[in-house]
Amino acid sequence: MRLPALTLGLGLLAALPAHASGTLYVSNEKDDSLSIIDIATLEVVGTIPVGQRPRGITLSKDGSVLYICASDSDTVQVLDLKTGKILHDLPSGEDPEQFALHPDDRHLYIANEDDAIVTIVDVDSRQVVQQIEVGVEPEGMAVSHDGRYAVNTSETTNMVHWIDTATKQLVANTLVDQRPRHAVFDRDDRRLWVSSEIGGTVSVIDVDSKEIVQTIAFALPNIHKDQIQPVGMELTRDGKLAFVSLGPANHVAVVDAQTYEVLDYLLVGRRVWHMALTPDEKTLFTANGVSGDVSVIDVEDRKVVKSIKVGRYPWGLAITP
Amino acid sequence: MTAPLIALRGIVIREILRFVHQRSRFLGALVRPLIWLLVFAAGFRAALGVSIMPPYETYITYEVYILPGLVGMIQLFNGMQSSLSMVYDREMGSMRVLLTSPLPRWWLLTCKLLAGTVVSILQVYAFLLIARAFGIDTPGWGLLAVLPALVASGMMLGALGLLLSSVIKQLENFAGVMNFVVFPLFFCSSALYPLWKMRESSVLLYQICSINPFTHAVELIRHALYLQIAWQALGWTVVAAVIFMALAVIGYDPARGLMRRKAEA
Repeated sequence: MRLPALTLGLGLLAALPAHASGTLYVSNEKDDSLSIIDIATLEVVGTIPVGQRPRGITLSKDGSVLYICASDSDTVQVLDLKTGKILHDLPSGEDPEQFALHPDDRHLYIANEDDAIVTIVDVDSRQVVQQIEVGVEPEGMAVSHDGRYAVNTSETTNMVHWIDTATKQLVANTLVDQRPRHAVFDRDDRRLWVSSEIGGTVSVIDVDSKEIVQTIAFALPNIHKDQIQPVGMELTRDGKLAFVSLGPANHVAVVDAQTYEVLDYLLVGRRVWHMALTPDEKTLFTANGVSGDVSVIDVEDRKVVKSIKVGRYPWGLAITP
Repeated sequence: MTAPLIALRGIVIREILRFVHQRSRFLGALVRPLIWLLVFAAGFRAALGVSIMPPYETYITYEVYILPGLVGMIQLFNGMQSSLSMVYDREMGSMRVLLTSPLPRWWLLTCKLLAGTVVSILQVYAFLLIARAFGIDTPGWGLLAVLPALVASGMMLGALGLLLSSVIKQLENFAGVMNFVVFPLFFCSSALYPLWKMRESSVLLYQICSINPFTHAVELIRHALYLQIAWQALGWTVVAAVIFMALAVIGYDPARGLMRRKAEA
């Protein structure tokens, strides 16, 4: 009786639905490297050394190259994903932390934390196109899907700075809660989501009026309010769900993106930074800085299924199909 | 049906009936671990997660960690309860009826052991379902995979109970069993804290915990709940079960056993 039951159990385990294929890239802030994870097997299949303190990473439109903010090397590196070799560096201004690629696949908007500016770089000519002065300690960067706006959040000024990408001028500012770190446009560019690390909230801003329409707060039993520090955010394409990483609270909040109600909190590794959804939006990955691993979340079941050890202080994530 | 099977059936049904009829005992068997789960664990709650260790693949809350330990606790108490009822049967004389059966004594004791194990498994499933209702769940198929582990751990702890009942002279001595057997077994195990945490505070304590058969029963259950087989824990559990059972059979042997010494005393 013992063996058949076990065999049955193990057989069913093996028959669990496999994850989608694809490759996940994770920047390891302290190891100066990228970890490569095979999404089908959920195992680390390689490590690529890169510049110092890599944080934000983003893919070109065709997924052939990965741009890497090497903060302490004061440059943005361009990695050829086929060969795993760094092709060249881009001028980025000092201490690039986060950036966003314009839908034209050509202009990178880079936040320069130390200089209070946003640098626009042409990735083809490898030239700085323009530098725009913003608030103190710029960090979060996002470009709307229609390419009209680039927004930057400044951690000390506590503002969202709206840049018109056509004129490359600052056109508006929106005051949000303390230490805004990350910004994401929803799929139809109607709303902008901004996370405030110290404020402990997420502000949802109407893109037309540039005013806050909703502030989302988080509360976890047994976790002190100070530890709830929202940073990373991911929104699903259908506009139904939002995931917000809560930093040292070690949880990811699942938010109904229509009612702004927090549906669930999922336990992940220590100090969760950014996240990435697979193209089929069935799996969410989180970079857990202090515990040095990546947690894998089944989006449908809202369950954390596994945590994968990567390098020291993983920070940013990018997925290729 | 052959005689040994009739005896098995009779003993198992008698134990189940006894258990079902004693509603307070059933309630007690469930309330004890539930208090640990919902009160003790809540106070101890590691809301920020317990580090990853096998069989877990990601961070877990403390409630999830102690669940298998509490399953072991149910079986441990049930084993002691069977032991208590053996002593009671002996004092009341109903054991004499059982032991006068022409079947070999080891078989009668094995039947008793199996009956106790079946009862403990009923308690465990009731507990796991209630824990699930409180949102502390394990993989669905783990509920099935854990069954063989529960049989092994239930037999081992039941055999320990039988062994104890063969040496306890009177019902009144049972409080000593709680102090000198149940508590040390439970607290010096991986039921409440991971062993690596024990090692951080005391290497000696860690070593005691590592040889405690209850630790292995708990680890066997823990891994089975997550569809894994902990071979070492399985080995320890089976070896301990065989040793306890052999000693119990010797203890109940009127010719040379501990019973004779008792009669003399």
